[in-house]
Amino acid sequence: MATATKTQQISIFNTNEPDKGKTKTIYSIENFNLWYGTDQALYEVQMEIPENKVTAIIGPSGCGKSTFIKSLNRMVELVPSVKMSGSIEYKEKDIFSPKYKVEDLRTDVGMVFQNPNPFPKSIYENVVYGPKTHGIKKKSILNEIVEKSLRGAALWDEVKDRLNENAFGLSGGQQQRLCIARCLAIEPDVILMDEPTSALDPISTTKIEELVQTLKKDYSIAIVTHNMQQAARISDKTAFFLNGEVIEYNNTDKLFSNPDDKRTEDYITGRFG
Amino acid sequence: MAGREQFEADLNHIKEDIIALSNSAVDALCEAIDALFNQDLDLANNVIDKDDLVDEQEHTINDQTILLIAKQQPVATDLRRLVISLQVTADIERMADNAKNIAKSTIHLGEGHRLTIHPCIKEMRDMAINMNKTAMRAFQYEDISIAGKLSDMDDEVDQLYELIVRDLLSETATNPEKIQYVMQMAFSARYIERFADHITNIGESILYLVKGKSYKLN
Repeated sequence: MATATKTQQISIFNTNEPDKGKTKTIYSIENFNLWYGTDQALYEVQMEIPENKVTAIIGPSGCGKSTFIKSLNRMVELVPSVKMSGSIEYKEKDIFSPKYKVEDLRTDVGMVFQNPNPFPKSIYENVVYGPKTHGIKKKSILNEIVEKSLRGAALWDEVKDRLNENAFGLSGGQQQRLCIARCLAIEPDVILMDEPTSALDPISTTKIEELVQTLKKDYSIAIVTHNMQQAARISDKTAFFLNGEVIEYNNTDKLFSNPDDKRTEDYITGRFG
Repeated sequence: MAGREQFEADLNHIKEDIIALSNSAVDALCEAIDALFNQDLDLANNVIDKDDLVDEQEHTINDQTILLIAKQQPVATDLRRLVISLQVTADIERMADNAKNIAKSTIHLGEGHRLTIHPCIKEMRDMAINMNKTAMRAFQYEDISIAGKLSDMDDEVDQLYELIVRDLLSETATNPEKIQYVMQMAFSARYIERFADHITNIGESILYLVKGKSYKLN
């Protein structure tokens, strides 16, 4: 441009600034590929998921985002004929190493699914199920866990007087928060969420979103969402997946205001997907 | 019509309305300058009255834009496209206000003042018209290379304004009794200079739309 010499640049959004302070990495994914039989679902995924932040995974249906998140707690291995290459390190340890017990990983990494899936038990029993499996039997400790977990999931005040009632009597939003409480009861470090609000009404969705913001103080969260406004609202980093590839992984503010890749721009502005 | 197509159609509709509004502002400027040179107070009053229509149209475009933001919840370039629509519309409204101010100066000068209006004012007007054409072409095609030209064009308007002010200052030195009239003429030149500044702002909005960062053109 002819006027370049006098053109003065002013930054409006500090979207290119590096994260303030040192952010630790909780997951380090390198050259990760995954196949279902002969169909490759993930290609050379390269990502670092930060600790105590919310990382959103977005992309059109079939892009591999659920496959990716289910790889983080090795749930994807439940699918027969799955093959993988590359590495996923959780706290600098290879989660696919034969020495790494999958039970240990899943104690550290909880998961919340699209549809609330409480057990057909009381609210109380739902929350204590995990701790009991881990051998905690003392009633006073279990009571403490129930209150702490339900408070953590912003559900305590709504259910404290009916802990022995069946969990199916709760609303969909409450059931989802109960699932989060159940997840918190085993004191994980990471919570994976696979479209946790897609089956919920707007008010329940808002409650879960607010909860995610509170939880990130103590947990690292990775969330798959189809709702891009939700990703923009609640996450710190966002990864855009397309056809099994990470097209762009960026600070959320940057990705939703001025993405680096045209395909990201086209997706978030609704030109495809 | 699919959501995206409807959105594109609504965006185009807003864009057309903004271009039409800028033409109204330019028409107001031309009429205001004609009124100034011809001592045509009726035409000057007409310019002042018509400014209400520009204000009304500005509100309509703002309402349409805000509604579209609410309905489509745009992000990235789409969001900037709508945000700059609000900015550009505000700049055009201020351009029309400057034309109105020239009309008010014309009324202040009144009829039969026997003052020779500085011929460079017409030249400034032509430059401003040209700048608006450039800005609207850049706006229509979201073309930053066209928008970048506005910087030099604005400099030329500023230089002409400074020349007029220098001439008028020497006029007041030799004919101090004319000072009130000369002041109105200097104001008119200043209003065109401000008119051009708002066009430059439009250029900056286009740069922001395309690049996602703010740049200064003047």
